[in-house]
Amino acid sequence: MSNIDKATVAKIARLARIKIDEEKLEPMAGELNNILGWVEQLAEVNTDNIEPMSSVVDAKLRWREDTVNDGDKADSVLKNAPNAEFGFYAVPKVIE
Amino acid sequence: MSSYRIQGATADWEVVIGLEVHAQVISNAKLFSGASTEFGAEPNAQVSLVDAAMPGMLPTINGECVRQAVRTGLALGAQINKFSVFDRKNYFYADLPQGYQISQFKHPVVGEGTVTLDLESGTTKEVGVERIHLEQDAGKSMHDQHPQFTYVDLNRSGVALMEIVSMPDMRSPDEAGAYLTKLRTILRYIGSCDGNMEQGSMRADVNVSVRKPGDALGTRCEIKNVNSIRFVRQAIEVEARRQVDIIEAGGTIDQETRLFDPVKAETRSMRSKEEAHDYRYFPDPDLLPLEFDDAFIEAARESLPELPDDKKARFMEALGLNDYNASVLVAENESSDYFETLVAALAKATGKSPTDIAVKASNWLTGDLFGALNKASKPITESPVSAEQGADLLALVEDGTISGRIAKDVFEIMFETGKDAGTIVEEKGLKQVSDTGEIEKIIDEIIAANPGQLEQYRAGKDKLLGFFVGQVMKATQGKANPGVVNKLLKPKLDG
Repeated sequence: MSNIDKATVAKIARLARIKIDEEKLEPMAGELNNILGWVEQLAEVNTDNIEPMSSVVDAKLRWREDTVNDGDKADSVLKNAPNAEFGFYAVPKVIE
Repeated sequence: MSSYRIQGATADWEVVIGLEVHAQVISNAKLFSGASTEFGAEPNAQVSLVDAAMPGMLPTINGECVRQAVRTGLALGAQINKFSVFDRKNYFYADLPQGYQISQFKHPVVGEGTVTLDLESGTTKEVGVERIHLEQDAGKSMHDQHPQFTYVDLNRSGVALMEIVSMPDMRSPDEAGAYLTKLRTILRYIGSCDGNMEQGSMRADVNVSVRKPGDALGTRCEIKNVNSIRFVRQAIEVEARRQVDIIEAGGTIDQETRLFDPVKAETRSMRSKEEAHDYRYFPDPDLLPLEFDDAFIEAARESLPELPDDKKARFMEALGLNDYNASVLVAENESSDYFETLVAALAKATGKSPTDIAVKASNWLTGDLFGALNKASKPITESPVSAEQGADLLALVEDGTISGRIAKDVFEIMFETGKDAGTIVEEKGLKQVSDTGEIEKIIDEIIAANPGQLEQYRAGKDKLLGFFVGQVMKATQGKANPGVVNKLLKPKLDG
């Protein structure tokens, strides 16, 4: 049985860049534990010697040819950007 | 075994090195989109909506990138995995619009292989390759263009990279340098990566730890994104020294990511990335597993050219070259191509077999031509003297038209003017004089003009033979055939 505590919720939230108020952390841990507990019922099924399933349909990965048939649309690409200058996205300064 | 050691206050320390090389795959389009990979375009001009991670866009694998990774694996004698999986590596950065990089984690496309290092001592060493996986490159951030903003260009976003991960098998900066050199040579030979470290199409993360010889592995630090072979060597030296100093002072090494600063010659912690290692990999639900059959692998194998190690062996065994010349010639595909054209043309011009003239050709190429190219800072592809012209020059020496000494002068003029050897010899009247009558006449004159030396010679001062030879050559401006001179001169001096 997995057990997600308050600290784990806070860490996951930070990694996912989701802001969760301090008082919501504890309830969220409870909810996540419920979900995980529910999913873990699947562990009851015996899956010995069964290939992992990668798709519900019998499909194969589609390959593309190595031809350039896209791009040259900087305006479209930048259209929704909050800020763009000289063809670049302009984002708040990130420095190591 | 490498005897490279870091000398500490208490002991000598061994350094253990592993390298993760990011090599940009040569392909027209990106790994999962149809945008171009060409270098140097206008910002964001080579970006598809897939690369910009617009909602609802789906990645589709570029078969050529898979083929290139398989070819690379085969060239390193590696296991090829007919089943591999793309995973999401999650982290946030402004030049990664998806919020994750599509990479391969548990099931890479290429498994274990080997790189054979050619060390300066003339020995070889095998370094294991743990895996090669395919992944997307990120975009490019520019922090110095504006006081408040970072500018982001996504042209590189989504370009295919091969991450080639070595085993921790290297024990000195020299070995790490030799590994990168050899890997780059192989990638260039097969054309899966241009190996250009200056443009960033090949970069290395360097894992360094230290230990007392025989001990278990120490804690390692990873030095990120080192972009030249020289810097890799320097980074290893300073990082190993730093770790030894900490341990000997009673401290412990924190496993962490560091940056190498070549100006200050030090490595620095990247504390901001502390949490970045929690990548929460999971299989990318947008992509089914990557699968191909044996025929695909065999076609990739058949497309490989002769590899540098095989070519070197052939040059040594079939053509009789020494280890040094063979190594120098195979280091770049362009050099060995030039050499093979030279040998073929020279064999044709002289009617001799390649084995008879290959050593002479290699000496001229690695000595005279490389020396001149080096001085002129030109790559062999821009040599003013073509392989055919070089063969003409060497053929003139072979058939006795000019002497080896004169050939050097002719070569200098060829290199400057691009003219053919035959033309230069004709214009400057440099033909070797082999006519015995003509040479005999000159010898007689010289002996007559130097009675003192003749007397000393006859009194037993053998060394003066050289003096007379020199005089004859001087009188003929180096054009007399030395063989003929020697044959004629000695009986005359001996009287």
